Amino acid sequence: MERRTIFPGWRLPLLLVAPQLLLTLVFFYWPAAEGLWQSLTRTDAFGIHTRFVGLANFAALFADPRYRSSVAITLVFCAAVTALSLGSGLVLALAADRELRGRDLYRVLLIWPYAVAPAIAAVLWLLLLNPQIGTIGRWLVALGVHWDYALNGTQALLLVIVASAWKQVSYNFLFVLAGLQSIPRAVIEAARMDGAKGFHRFRTIQLPLLAPTLFFLVIVDLVYAAFDTFGVIQAMTQGGPGRATETLVFKVYQDGVVNLDLGSSAAQSVVLMGGVILLTALQFRFLGRRVAS
Amino acid sequence: MKRRALLAGAAAVSAAPLLPSARAAAPVAITWWHSMSGALADQIARITRQFNASQSEVVLTSIFKGSYPDTLNAAIAAWRAGKAPNVVQVFDVGTGSMLAAGPAVKPVWQLAQETGAAITPASYIPSVRGYYSLPDGRLASMPFNSSTAVMWYNVDAFTAAGLDPAHPPQTWPEVMAAAAALKARWADPLNKRGGPTRYAVTTSWLTWIQFEEFSAVHDIAFASLNDGFDGLGAVLEINSPAHVAQLQRFLDMAKAGTFHYGGRDSAPDPMFYSGVAAIGFGSSAGRGDIVRNAKFRWAAAMLPYDPAVTKRPHNTFIGGASLWAMTAPHRAAADYQAVARFFEFLARPDQDAMFSQASGYVPVTFAGYALSKQEGYYAKNPGADVASQSLTRSPVTNYTRGLRLGRLPEIRNILYEEVEQALAGHKSAQQALGQTVARGNAVLRAFQRSVAG
Amino acid sequence: MSGCRDWLAHLVLGLGAALFLLPIWLAFCAATLDPAAIDRGELSLVPRLDHLGVFLEVLRHGGPGVGPVWRMLAVSAAMALAIALGKIAISILSAYAVVFFRFPFRRTAFWIIFVTLMLPVEVRIIPTYAVMADLHFIDTFQGLTVPLIASATATLLFRQTFVAIPDELLEAARMDGAGPLRFLWDVVLPVSAANLAALFVILFVYGWNQYLWPLLAATSPRLDTVVIGIVKMIGIDTSTEWNKVMATAVLALVPPVLVVVGLQRWFVKGLTEGEK
Repeated sequence: MERRTIFPGWRLPLLLVAPQLLLTLVFFYWPAAEGLWQSLTRTDAFGIHTRFVGLANFAALFADPRYRSSVAITLVFCAAVTALSLGSGLVLALAADRELRGRDLYRVLLIWPYAVAPAIAAVLWLLLLNPQIGTIGRWLVALGVHWDYALNGTQALLLVIVASAWKQVSYNFLFVLAGLQSIPRAVIEAARMDGAKGFHRFRTIQLPLLAPTLFFLVIVDLVYAAFDTFGVIQAMTQGGPGRATETLVFKVYQDGVVNLDLGSSAAQSVVLMGGVILLTALQFRFLGRRVAS
Repeated sequence: MKRRALLAGAAAVSAAPLLPSARAAAPVAITWWHSMSGALADQIARITRQFNASQSEVVLTSIFKGSYPDTLNAAIAAWRAGKAPNVVQVFDVGTGSMLAAGPAVKPVWQLAQETGAAITPASYIPSVRGYYSLPDGRLASMPFNSSTAVMWYNVDAFTAAGLDPAHPPQTWPEVMAAAAALKARWADPLNKRGGPTRYAVTTSWLTWIQFEEFSAVHDIAFASLNDGFDGLGAVLEINSPAHVAQLQRFLDMAKAGTFHYGGRDSAPDPMFYSGVAAIGFGSSAGRGDIVRNAKFRWAAAMLPYDPAVTKRPHNTFIGGASLWAMTAPHRAAADYQAVARFFEFLARPDQDAMFSQASGYVPVTFAGYALSKQEGYYAKNPGADVASQSLTRSPVTNYTRGLRLGRLPEIRNILYEEVEQALAGHKSAQQALGQTVARGNAVLRAFQRSVAG
Repeated sequence: MSGCRDWLAHLVLGLGAALFLLPIWLAFCAATLDPAAIDRGELSLVPRLDHLGVFLEVLRHGGPGVGPVWRMLAVSAAMALAIALGKIAISILSAYAVVFFRFPFRRTAFWIIFVTLMLPVEVRIIPTYAVMADLHFIDTFQGLTVPLIASATATLLFRQTFVAIPDELLEAARMDGAGPLRFLWDVVLPVSAANLAALFVILFVYGWNQYLWPLLAATSPRLDTVVIGIVKMIGIDTSTEWNKVMATAVLALVPPVLVVVGLQRWFVKGLTEGEK
């Protein structure tokens, strides 16, 4: 990750890095420190009575079977959203990576959902899939399908997974397509001469060259699924039925903003922050090594 | 332009809060944070305009801050930062949290005492003011948008099923009998013809209507210590035989195919007015939607009661939101005076009646109701006063004035979760309510500890 | 290329495009129906062309509870632009410093920034509000944008691009006597143009779609963004004019979609080069 050639001096670089550092310290570390302190206290919503309770909030959290089930739901949810959006993106990109009539039009049509806000995406999907008012939902019920996500937890989870993945497919499509197009033509031609075809060619030539892109996308998708899908869940299921769609970030919001249980909410944020730092370090190490090699 | 004048006013007041001459020269600026969206936002704008036009000492600005929880959260964050709005609209279930907020709020009774404002609790309908009063009757917040639970029914469906629409079911056994008839003679024949699936019964706000209001109608405890009014140590009591029987009715109806669960809060509303369900329990404030959407004749009735529990059904209490006066450092007497002027304006019978007629909420004062009646509003809008009748069905008791529990939104969600699991067949009624009580009590204790310091 | 494979590709792409288009087509149609059609479940897949005026109406006059939509679109655009450009500016500078210099605590600074990579503002919303209040940023345009600028995504992506710039370029520049700032302006920025475009798209969309933060940080209706406007138009305890909500939702899509589609050639190019 180190360059051989650099500029001398240390005043200018410090000056250049200062704005970002300042913003990060003020808007990330300062609030994070307050959050960390809050996670060690028991406090009412208004902060009138605050008492230091040590790690009690964390202990309560990890002893709570519902927190553990929320962890499990988050894992399933993130894995499914990642698999679905990456898989669809990959298939679409492979289809688009050829001289095809109307290729540019397809590309435009396939990337625009990226611009849709998650909460709006959720409302649009409700219009389709709600069993009472949704176009497809009513049709399913009329066909005799037992489509009822207000009570069926599996269906509810499926619903939020589809709506969340839909928005992320474009992003994956673009990156995979870019990755495919950056594979030198010569490599593909050579493989063709060797008689490699279809899936075999994909598996032996394209997939290994795509691996770094795919790894990057897995991380981005996981983070998207974990953190940016709050609006989708809020608009579609509010975490229900039961707690079937209560992911960790939704729970942080629910406990902090709706239930006004700030100590526990802060403790959950701290746990999440830890997870994020871990993921970041993982991604960074990987990217660092890849660029160096 | 207007904003500049407003800022100038604020600056003048904060610079010289105690000089009467300065106060006379520049109006006091106050802000009101609210959650009223859609057509109701236009009502807020109208109230703001009319109040500002009605006098020259105060300039009110109203600001939308998102959903009820978002608004409360914004107000809390702002108070902690010393920038609370003068007035904030807080939903019914946030009342417990606000009452425990001590220095953050200025209760209405105190505001009236300090400013000499004429806000008389007795002018408010008891089942409205009860929710927002201390046990001794002192008013803590200003009643504002209020509704109660009613039973809407599809008159055409009743006729088709051979039921008498003039005599809607009054007890739960009658509701269940009607539901069976509706299924057999209205829903099933249509379903067989391949139309959209129909159901006899659905309910919006299941936790509020079928458990909280249910407890009031039967004059039984939702929680100990008089539903929490007498102290923070209350425990839930909704695992009583009467409550278990209530949940069992819904499980039985779901099994028989006469009840369909359409989701939490107001999500099931469209099922009634789109003609999917023949009986829809809902908020009285949903009337506007029904008027606009229903392509059938409909009517409203008061909530049914279980004759095995009581022979004399009681009044329901309200849902909705009230207005709280908030404190902030450096807030001067003149600012509270301005808030008091605004509250007095809201309490005027003409304002109460106007807001009620335009919004679909109930009038909160006796005079407002009388005025609406005198103006012929209820004659022209049949069914609109079922809510007011339900609120005044009986004298208010310790169990029919509302709930006073901390973190009630969380408790409602717990009840939703448990009921959903029972409806999905994972739990019995007894188990679901037993677990609601256990989990809810843990929340109540956590709240008690947090506000005790 | 065999015709059969092309046919399969057309099928896959066509299916994908249709699936992507379906929800938005539905919203477009809903905008032209009567206000309550959605509540009644009477959605149609055929728009009523004689009702297209609703788009002009919300643009000019807004809907229940909100002012004209063009105004909210302007606030959203200003906010998204400020966030995108602000983030790009500070990220270029810091990534440049980290890649092309050695200075004391470089690694520390580096980690301090990158650890914040993925933490969304939603998770730290109440403490952030307190900080904003201390800085007197509440209800200002800075308050709306600056906290959202403070994240490391863009820095990381620029760092990747900069690391890939060949040493020879830098050596040549130094031989010509170019200073660090001149090198940044004359060489690094042009080389990264495609990445700039790609990041601009990502950040513009990110800024455009913010909801929770603007709701908390801005209290004046002057600062209503279009996403807040949509939420505001959906009534509680009252009937919602769904046609206007849907028309606004469709209009709210236009600017970010234009940005995405307009810059997509650059976008793909930028990513391709970044992936080398």
